Amino acid sequence: MPLVYAGVCSHAPGITGRSDQADPQVRDRFYDAFDAMRADLEAAKPDAVVVIAAEHFANFFMNNMPSFAIGMADSYEGPIEDPGWLGIEKQSVLGNRDLSQRFITEVMKGSDVSYAEEWKFDHGIMVPLHFLTPRYDTAIIPVNINCQGPPLTPLARAWAFGESIRAAADALPERIAVIGTGGISHWPATPDSGKINVEWDLDFMDRWCRNDRDALLDYDDLSVYADAGQGGFEIRTFIAVSAAAAGATGTVHFLEPIPIFAVSCTVASYALD
Amino acid sequence: MSLYAVQKFLYELNRSEAVQVTYRSAPDALLDEFDLTSEERDALTEPDIGKLFHLGVNGQILMHFAAFHQIEWQDYLQRMRDGIAKHGPVREGVYAMTTALDEEVAPVHSTSPSPASDTPGEN
Ligand SMILES: [Fe+2]
Repeated sequence: MPLVYAGVCSHAPGITGRSDQADPQVRDRFYDAFDAMRADLEAAKPDAVVVIAAEHFANFFMNNMPSFAIGMADSYEGPIEDPGWLGIEKQSVLGNRDLSQRFITEVMKGSDVSYAEEWKFDHGIMVPLHFLTPRYDTAIIPVNINCQGPPLTPLARAWAFGESIRAAADALPERIAVIGTGGISHWPATPDSGKINVEWDLDFMDRWCRNDRDALLDYDDLSVYADAGQGGFEIRTFIAVSAAAAGATGTVHFLEPIPIFAVSCTVASYALD
Repeated sequence: MSLYAVQKFLYELNRSEAVQVTYRSAPDALLDEFDLTSEERDALTEPDIGKLFHLGVNGQILMHFAAFHQIEWQDYLQRMRDGIAKHGPVREGVYAMTTALDEEVAPVHSTSPSPASDTPGEN
């Protein structure tokens, strides 16, 4: 059936790990936006949540790097990071192998993907789940787009992949939600951490809300790197969600820089029919 | 120069508790499995975060390694800055440094409240 929810959010590890170092007034409004996103997601009553993430070498390395990968297991473990550092305890997260397999089978009709029966979650998935499915009892279908090890997945292929996800959801009887996580501009895990290009973020999210394919694909890696940092490469996950919700109009629920979290903290969603 | 091997080692360490146990008990045997220069090997065993950053280790991999060693966030950032000051710019990869050595990019929010930040409804 048609997608029941489509949205995007940030996943930077500081969001949970360095909570006490942020300005509480801004931080708490960001957490409120996450809470509202959880309420919207729960109201959509999804049978599974497809989380399109940009992982950080928890499963995939340059010895065998897929452009796209989808998990196919009944449970997943995470976080791989030190729990005290991330502020999230080790969890077993519910999956659904059978549904994943049928979902992947449909996605493959439009996009070439790898599948994985083992998958460890890092902050790219655990931070969003900490807010959105805090009991970890909603089935997750993890998805990865290579935003880390060049050559990276081309933006146009990320869009086409999003279209394949939409077609797969349409073809299955289950209620599928899709959430993209990442970006937007940031220079994470370096001494630059906290540098944020707010203008660039606002412009990107404007393109995202208009669901303007041509504008969203009108970036190249060199300019993204210069203007939005290596963390900006994660726009691929937002672009895939845009394609999955093609034709819909988006709303930004929260978009403000929180430097100690290293990113413009973002919560946005599409109004689906 | 074998940055690939350095990162492959850290990738395997970061994602596996079993490898982490071995790293703590018998690091030499573990590191023998990777084609490392003595400079790289020393940086991995110390651990020398600043040197690893200078060598070009992907920041995501390095950040998780620092967390494993219980290195606090501001200390982690400072160690990278110190590494650049001592060894020079990042040698390769996209996780370079673009800010100044003494730049405070993301200050910690002050816990001693100023009058402005205490004003209700300012947002
Ligand atoms: Fe990320």
